[in-house]
Amino acid sequence: MPERSDVLQGTLALMVLKTLDLLGPLHGYGIARRIEQISGDLLAVNQGTLYPLLLKLENEGAIASDWGTSENNRRARFYRLTRAGHKQLQSETRDWEQTAAIIARFFDVKAEDLS
Amino acid sequence: MKSVQRFFARLLNLAGRGRADRRLREEMEEHLVQQTEDNLRAGMSPDEARRQAVLKFGAVQAIREEYLTEHSLPLVWTVLQDLRYALRQLAASPGFASVVILTIALGIGATTAIYSVVDAVLLHPLPYPQPEQLVRIEIDFPGIGARDVYLSVPEWRDLERSGIFRYVAPERSGSVNVTGSSQPTRIQFKSVAANYFALLDVKPELGRVFDPNDPAPGFNLEVVISDGLWKRDFGADPDILGKTVRLDNDPYHVVGVMPPDFHDQGRTTEIRNTEIWAACGFSSLPAPPPARNSRRLRTAIARLEPGLTVAAAQRRLDALVVSLRRQFPADYPPESAWSIRLLPLGETVIGNVRQPLLLMMGAVGLVLLIACVNVANLLLARATARAREMAVRQALGAPRMRLICQLLTESLLLALLGGIAGLAVLFFTRTLLLRMIPEALPRLNEISINWTVLLFALSVSVLAGVFFGLAPALQASRQDPIHVLRQEGRGSKGSKRQTWTLSALVVTEFALSLVLLIAAGLLLHSFWDLFKVHLGFDPGDVMAVKVSIPFPNDPATDIYGTPAQQAQLTRELLRRGQSLPGVKEIAIGSLEAIPLNHDKNLFRLALEGQDTRSSLPHQIQGAGVTPGYFHLLGIPLLQGRIFSETDVEKAPSVAVVNEAFARTWWPGEDPLGRRIKLGGAATAWTAIVGVVGNARTESLEDASVPQIYLCSWQRTDKDLAIFLRGRLDPAKLPEQVRNLVQSLNSELPVFGAKRLPDVVSGSLEQRRFSMKIVLLFALAALLLAGIGVYGTISYIVSGRTRDIGIRIALGAQRTAILQMILNQGLTLALIGTAVGLICALIVSRMMAGLLYGVSPNDPLTFISFPVVLVFVAMVACYVPARRAMRVDPIVALRDA
Repeated sequence: MPERSDVLQGTLALMVLKTLDLLGPLHGYGIARRIEQISGDLLAVNQGTLYPLLLKLENEGAIASDWGTSENNRRARFYRLTRAGHKQLQSETRDWEQTAAIIARFFDVKAEDLS
Repeated sequence: MKSVQRFFARLLNLAGRGRADRRLREEMEEHLVQQTEDNLRAGMSPDEARRQAVLKFGAVQAIREEYLTEHSLPLVWTVLQDLRYALRQLAASPGFASVVILTIALGIGATTAIYSVVDAVLLHPLPYPQPEQLVRIEIDFPGIGARDVYLSVPEWRDLERSGIFRYVAPERSGSVNVTGSSQPTRIQFKSVAANYFALLDVKPELGRVFDPNDPAPGFNLEVVISDGLWKRDFGADPDILGKTVRLDNDPYHVVGVMPPDFHDQGRTTEIRNTEIWAACGFSSLPAPPPARNSRRLRTAIARLEPGLTVAAAQRRLDALVVSLRRQFPADYPPESAWSIRLLPLGETVIGNVRQPLLLMMGAVGLVLLIACVNVANLLLARATARAREMAVRQALGAPRMRLICQLLTESLLLALLGGIAGLAVLFFTRTLLLRMIPEALPRLNEISINWTVLLFALSVSVLAGVFFGLAPALQASRQDPIHVLRQEGRGSKGSKRQTWTLSALVVTEFALSLVLLIAAGLLLHSFWDLFKVHLGFDPGDVMAVKVSIPFPNDPATDIYGTPAQQAQLTRELLRRGQSLPGVKEIAIGSLEAIPLNHDKNLFRLALEGQDTRSSLPHQIQGAGVTPGYFHLLGIPLLQGRIFSETDVEKAPSVAVVNEAFARTWWPGEDPLGRRIKLGGAATAWTAIVGVVGNARTESLEDASVPQIYLCSWQRTDKDLAIFLRGRLDPAKLPEQVRNLVQSLNSELPVFGAKRLPDVVSGSLEQRRFSMKIVLLFALAALLLAGIGVYGTISYIVSGRTRDIGIRIALGAQRTAILQMILNQGLTLALIGTAVGLICALIVSRMMAGLLYGVSPNDPLTFISFPVVLVFVAMVACYVPARRAMRVDPIVALRDA
């Protein structure tokens, strides 16, 4: 199994939630393509690893899934954000922004600023 | 919160693993199809499009594993999987499974059965709130060898005021005639201090209990009755409160009914089954005026102030005793060493059953242990048969831990199934088993299969499963797979280490069974000695029937108040009783005259010519009897005379004593004509007119309890027993005696008819029970050990077939082969015996208190049982040894 850092695992979950928030119910392939599309080549994920993650989010109650019909008229599993998932997304977004801001400040600091 | 939700979601998913797998496959397939389509659209060739899609998706198997791990709880899933595999394994070898389950069921069923008794009797002896605060108060005069004497009313008051106790309640047990219903009945009765129920902290189901602060000095004429009495004699009358009942002709009114689960506390079954309680101040009629030296309160219980331990209370009490001794030197002379002892009430209720019960628990524990060892043996042998399976799994990469877990799951499953089977048998036979328990056991009614007992059975099952599963599991997983697989198909199966483990287990079995056998042997020996002990009286063909004369609170209303009045009744009873069918002899005595009866009438004894410290009781056991009593029971007259018809109320008071009495008080002197006082300085002198032989009427164990007999014509004993000897019909006699008695006075209840041989054998009941149980367990252990050694030797023989074949081919004598195998078994048996003998010496010393007439290292027992054990071992070895002898070298070598 390709090693991924915990940060990546955590961010991938956040990306899934955000994608579902933006685009509404999607099937697995749809989610994978959107993430790929948005992140470009920067995020070379094995697409399959998305499925255990989706199941985990589902077990946690952040998303729910149902069988539906895909654009080419075949049976596919559609995932959607639940109320709890929505809340989780909001709080995690806030956390992420905070973290990002702090990290950014650290990177901006120059030696002479601290003297 | 999130993780909790996830846990439960996964827990719920435990069953749907297959469905989840299908869902993932479907989703993955759909994903690949869509990716392939997109790739086609991007201009790839169909093959390339599919290939790229698969590549991009990643390692399918790893994803699938991760997915399924996330789906449910992998640990639980593994256990379930192991469990399913274990079930399949057991189903594949039903013979093995049923033998193991039966063995365990036997062990756990028996252990749980005994535990349920221990739980009710020893662990929960008092069904009252905060039982640890309850104590029994005992007064001793160790300086003059008097123990557990009665309490006086001033002493009671001192204790109440001491600040050590929340309540102190004297109690006096007996029985009363309850009249008013169709047939006069005799009911177990207790007069108690008004604070009695407040002390026990129990509530009635109807009405109220006594007011703990009731100041009435005598009986306040209120009674509380038991649920049983209420339902039986009052038809569960809802308006019972305030109704009048006549106890010994005195009217009392009912104020409360106790709930059905209330059982009184006390030393005997009769007392624990008390059905009617009256509140009494013990300070006026019918009791004499209170005085320090008037010790009338037979027993007293107390509840300590909250937070006080028994030891702390005892320390404060000792200080109180010292100051009281100083204050009343005349009543408590220093040489008498007057003292007060507090005993935890629970212990006094349990009484002497603690040791036998612990012994039984120990015995059954050993049986369970032996059963476990046997099962471990079976599993070990089986592990060898499954060595190839384990080796293959190990070779395929199964971690060792995983194999151990799996084997342990199997043994745990076996243990639990065995435990369930044992419990089921116990559940369906519980009424039968309860009937086997002697009635005298305290809290017999409380024995049940409750949650504690179930929990116990469960824990024992799990422990047993780990215990007998661990060795085989470790053994099986320790094998070198290459070695096993290469060896496959060759002769020698068992490794040295395996043989060694098996042998150690068999030695353990032998040692444990020997301990049990010797314990059982010692008990059997004791029982037999007691059984054939010389009684000193002849119970054959004798029946005793009880009659009670009312004892009204006001002596003026007592129509049998004087000895002369009562003698008239007694003589008439004797005269008419003589003509009952089959009766050859008849006599009457007080209740205490019934041999091996638990009722005691203790007299304070003072001897003429000796220092008569009248307030200091030498207590002596006594009974009032008519002259015919001695001949009827076959108690021989040794000196002087027995009572005559002239020893009446007006004549000088006379007594007959037994040999033990004469020896104790007048060693080497002539007791005839000596005078004694019974019951204080104010009483008249009683002259000794005769000496009779010692009879074991007090206890079978003790040959010489000093005993005094008084003449019925001179006494007013209220609780009487009619003794009849002859060709009696036990079924009809009670009715015949009842008609006889009630033709004289229709208000006298007649009850409790018993054959004396039954009484004698009944007094051995508890011993017989513990002996039977331990013997049964010992035999079970012997059987199990025999099976164990048989299995082990068979296993060793089958492992050595090739070796034996070679020996025979090289010219070994067949008898030598037989000898060799038998020697192997004999060695195990001898080592086991040696270990067992050492353990048995320790155990027998611990059970010395349960033995009678036999030393804890009785040589006969310690020699004969090892012989039996070795003999059983030889028989068990003989079958496999013969098989070894008959090994055909050609077959053995060709097959190998």
